[in-house]
Amino acid sequence: MAYSDKVLDHYNHPRNVGSFDKSDPNVGTGMVGAPECGDVMKLQVKVNPDTGVIEDAKFKTFGCGSAIASSSLATEWLRGRTVDEALAIKNTDIVNELSLPPVKIHCSVLAEDAIKAAIGDYKKKSSTATAGAQSVNA
Amino acid sequence: MKLPIYMDNHATTQVDPRVFKAMLPYLTNVFGNSASRNHSFGWEAEEATEKARKQVADLIGATSKEIVFTSGATESDNLALKGVAEMYAEKGNHVITAATEHKAILDACKRLEKEGLRVTYLPVQTNGLIDLDQLRAAITDKTILISIMYANNEIGVLQPVAEIGKIAKERGVLFHTDGTQAAGKIPVNVTQDNIDLMSISAHKMYGPKGVGALYVRRRNPRVQLTAQMDGGGHERGMRSGTLNVPGIVGLGEACAIAKAEMPEESKRLAYLRDKLKDRLLASLDEVYINGTQEHRLPNNLNISFAYVEGESLLMGINDVAVSSGSACTSATLEPSYVLKALGAGDDLAHSSIRFGLGRFNTEEEVDYVAEKVIDVVKKLRELSPLYEMFKEGIDMSKVQWAAH
Repeated sequence: MAYSDKVLDHYNHPRNVGSFDKSDPNVGTGMVGAPECGDVMKLQVKVNPDTGVIEDAKFKTFGCGSAIASSSLATEWLRGRTVDEALAIKNTDIVNELSLPPVKIHCSVLAEDAIKAAIGDYKKKSSTATAGAQSVNA
Repeated sequence: MKLPIYMDNHATTQVDPRVFKAMLPYLTNVFGNSASRNHSFGWEAEEATEKARKQVADLIGATSKEIVFTSGATESDNLALKGVAEMYAEKGNHVITAATEHKAILDACKRLEKEGLRVTYLPVQTNGLIDLDQLRAAITDKTILISIMYANNEIGVLQPVAEIGKIAKERGVLFHTDGTQAAGKIPVNVTQDNIDLMSISAHKMYGPKGVGALYVRRRNPRVQLTAQMDGGGHERGMRSGTLNVPGIVGLGEACAIAKAEMPEESKRLAYLRDKLKDRLLASLDEVYINGTQEHRLPNNLNISFAYVEGESLLMGINDVAVSSGSACTSATLEPSYVLKALGAGDDLAHSSIRFGLGRFNTEEEVDYVAEKVIDVVKKLRELSPLYEMFKEGIDMSKVQWAAH
C-alpha cells in the first residue's frame, strides 16, 4: 500500500511525542485501543485552567503508520484550541487531511476517540477539583 | 549493495539466471507440444519435459512416473485433497490436517466439508509442531488422508514428517505433505519418509511462477486420484492440459541446481540467518522468536518485536522487502492465524516480521538489515505507549483496554 506524503511526514517526523505527568490536575489523558487489535493510542492535553485553552499536547502510539500519523496530527490540531473546540475535531477531518484509504479509517476513529477520552479525563478532573474547592469554601 | 533488499523468499524467489537460460529455447524456437507424438517438434518438447520430470523426481527421492506437473503448489494441494477425497470416498470420509497449514489446504478442506467430508484440524504446540499423540488419537477407521505440511511458510518450522509418515503407513492412511517451502531447501525423501503425495512449486526455489508438481506414489501403496480438471488426459489422466514446457524445464533445472548446491547453500543461509538473529537479540530487549529454532528451515527467521506494531516497522525499513503477521498489512484485519495458533497472543502476532533469506542475499545485506531494524524498533519504542508501560512495570494483561 502506498502512503500519502502527509502520513509519511508524520511517521518520519512525529510531532509532540512524549508524556505528561498523569496526576497533574491540568493534564487530561486518553488511552484507547488494545494491543491485540494492533493499535493503542495515548493522547494527553495540558489545559490552562483559567482560559480553557489546550497549551500543549503529547502522544504515544502503538500502531501502523496511519495510526501514528493520525495521533501526531491530532496533537498539532489540539494545541491552541479550547477544550470545546477540540471536541469538534472529527475523524473525517483527519481522513481528509492525511488522505487515508478506507482500510485505515479506523485509525482516524481511534484518534477522535483518544481526543474525546483525553478531554473527558481533564473535565472529570477539573470538576472534582472545583467541587473540592467549593466544599472547602462552604 | 543495491537497494531495495529482497528478503521475502518465502513469498517467492528470483529466477536463477541458469534456470532462465535453460528455459529460453523453449520460449522461442523449441515450441512444440509435448503431446504431439508424430513430429520432431513434439518429440523435442517431450524429451525436455521428461528430463525435467527426472530432475524433479531426483530431488525428492521419487521416480519419474510419480511426478505430475501442475500450475503450482496451490493446484497440487487441491488435486491431492480433492482427488483423494473423491477417489477414496467409499473407504472413508475423514481427513486430518493442522491449523497452521497454508490456505490452499485449509480452504480446500473447507470446500470438502461443505460436500460432507469430516476434517480434523490438529492444533499445534507453542513451538509450532503438531503433537503426534494427538495425530494418532485423531485417526479413525474412516480416515483416508493426513495432510500435514513439511515446512511452514510463515515460521519455517519443520513438522515431524518421517514420524507422521510412519504412523500413516501403520494405520493404512494416505499421507500428503505440502512441501512447497521444504523442497529444494532441505533434504526431502518421499521413500524414506513414507510420503504418498507431496506438493511442490518452482517459484519458491528460484524457478518460474505458474508451475509446480504433485508427487503421487506408484508403489506400496499405489495412490490413485480423481482428476479435478477434464480434458486430454495428460499426466497419466490425473491432470489434463497441454504441458507448460518452458515452465517445466525451469522447474527441472531449479530442482537440479537445488539438489547440487543444497549442502553448501543451506549452511550459508543458516549462517546468515543466525547472524541476523544474534544481532537483533543482542541489541534489543523483548524480542521473541516464533516457532522452534531446533526444527526449522535454514533461511527462516520469524520474530516478534514486542510493543512495536508490524506495519509501522515495515514502513521504517521500507528499503527492505520482508513481510509481517500484522493485520494492518492485509485487508483482513485479523493477524496471522499461524502465529495465533502458536498461542503467542494477538499482540505478539501484530508485532511479527518474517525474514526469508535466499540464494541471492549477501552478508553485507544482512548487516544492513540488522542495523536498520534495530534503529527503527528503537525509534518506534520511543513512540510506543506499551513500551513505556512495560518500562514502568505495569502488567499489561491486567489493563482494561478499550477494545474497538
